[in-house]
Amino acid sequence: MEQRAAYLVRGLSKTYRGATSRANDGIDLEVPSGEIFGVLGPNGAGKTTLVRQLVGLVRPDQGEISLLGHDVIAEPRVAPRLVAYLAQEEPALAELDVRRAIETTGRLRGLSRREAGAATKDLLDELGLGGLADRPLTRLSGGQRRLACVASALVADRPVLILDEPTTGLDPVARHAVWSAIGRRRAEYGTTVLLVTHNVLEAETVLDRVAVIDRGRVIACDTPGRLKAAVDDSVRIVLVWHHEPPYDDSMVETLARAAIVEGRRWSVRLERSRVRDVLDRLTQAPLFDALEDYTVSTPSLEDVYLSLGGTRPDMDKQ
Amino acid sequence: MKTAAREGRAVAVEPGPVVSLGAGISAVAAGQLARVRVARGPLMIVATVQSLGLVILLRGIVHQRDTATAAAVVAGATILVVGFVALNLLAQRLGALKANHALDYYAALPVSPAAVVLGTAASYATFTLPGVLVTAVVGDLVYDLPMARLWFLLPAAATAALALAGVGALLGLLLPRPELATIAGQLGMTVVLFLGLIPVGHLPEVIRGLRLAVPGMLSVDALVDGLRHGSTHWLDAFVRLAAAAAYGAAALAAAGAALRRAVDR
Repeated sequence: MEQRAAYLVRGLSKTYRGATSRANDGIDLEVPSGEIFGVLGPNGAGKTTLVRQLVGLVRPDQGEISLLGHDVIAEPRVAPRLVAYLAQEEPALAELDVRRAIETTGRLRGLSRREAGAATKDLLDELGLGGLADRPLTRLSGGQRRLACVASALVADRPVLILDEPTTGLDPVARHAVWSAIGRRRAEYGTTVLLVTHNVLEAETVLDRVAVIDRGRVIACDTPGRLKAAVDDSVRIVLVWHHEPPYDDSMVETLARAAIVEGRRWSVRLERSRVRDVLDRLTQAPLFDALEDYTVSTPSLEDVYLSLGGTRPDMDKQ
Repeated sequence: MKTAAREGRAVAVEPGPVVSLGAGISAVAAGQLARVRVARGPLMIVATVQSLGLVILLRGIVHQRDTATAAAVVAGATILVVGFVALNLLAQRLGALKANHALDYYAALPVSPAAVVLGTAASYATFTLPGVLVTAVVGDLVYDLPMARLWFLLPAAATAALALAGVGALLGLLLPRPELATIAGQLGMTVVLFLGLIPVGHLPEVIRGLRLAVPGMLSVDALVDGLRHGSTHWLDAFVRLAAAAAYGAAALAAAGAALRRAVDR
């Protein structure tokens, strides 16, 4: 049989002690080898619980997890030998300097002292961390600290990388360095990457395939392009009002009912057929005078999430 | 029925190596030592001064000719250095690692829980070395005990360290909150102080029996035998140390299991 999936997950369920609802509720997933696979969903959707089970940290109540032909539930200690896992935070590394954090992780993945030293030097260069090598992580900015943790995840190459929001807080240069490093590993070693994110833009640009998770369930799983095609009959309009919106206008009143309101910012998904009329009205006085800004965009993965019944539109759009 | 494993791949990918216990301990300890590089000096001083103070203070009460009591004071105060670090600092450190989910980092690496506990304990053990040596040497001088027997300090302190570190690690990993681990560690250290320094003969019968369950006491008793003037029953002393080592190994194994459980919650 030919290689198909790095991870194959069937019926995965987990309820934490004392919790009233399931953190994961019957999750099925297939993560193809060599792909960058995303798990996208709002905070609290069950993404981190899912990956903690995939790396053998948490034992599921039910279900099966196969990792490169190994049963992770029967042998949870096999996962650390195949997977490099970057958690959302790495407090164990916080008080080490950058060089020591990477080197220690390398040694704990089975590298000799000499190999870990050489791999650390390469990673410091690759991610542009050379100037920070001897600074403790606690004395770095949030983005620099995150970059150092990414470096520790990349040391001692593993066939599977599971990265829980690796680029949170990174500036564009560091973000580019991270994606280049991941891309290189994928091209050279066929590394599979499972990326947990709530950043829609990142999900759309780097992922081969994405599973959208809401309240512990996978509500969609496909390529970002195909998922967006399912909602391409719509357009998103974002309005930012100067002050209080003019509710006495009938169209504004209608839009308000469909909008996600965050202060003076409204975000509304409209059918394409209605957009021209709405824009005509918005670009004329008095509504135009009441607007500080407006944007019109094609559907995003957030729209996919909402159209599938997702309930918490707090995904990061930056 | 097809299982997920069968469906996924016909041939399993060979996993990377498991890190050996020795290499794991060494890497964890090196990381921990790097972490506490700045705090090490003050911690060593605190661990030493407390025991040294007791040895000197009690010289005003203990008669120099009462070598059994003198040996008990020196042995108890010496092992107390280990107790301070293991029960106090190690319990606190592991309790904090557990509380902020830092143990996930180790659990997601191919290193055994035992190596994590032992590596952390080993890094803290280095703090005890100066205090153990200084307390024992000063104690021997102040109470005029035979210096030639000081070599016995090495196995006694090592076995005490195993037992005390095992219990310290268990406190840190089992108690639900780090503050509770800190309090329990402090209380444990107080028990080691009292039961270690007071000669066994001066204790009520009921406490004598319970005393051996307190970590480090077997090593204290062996050290008392080894340090005082007169003939030492070396076989008895080494049997006690072997029992202390077994006690420590059991506690450390339990701490390893507790570490696994602390992650999966």
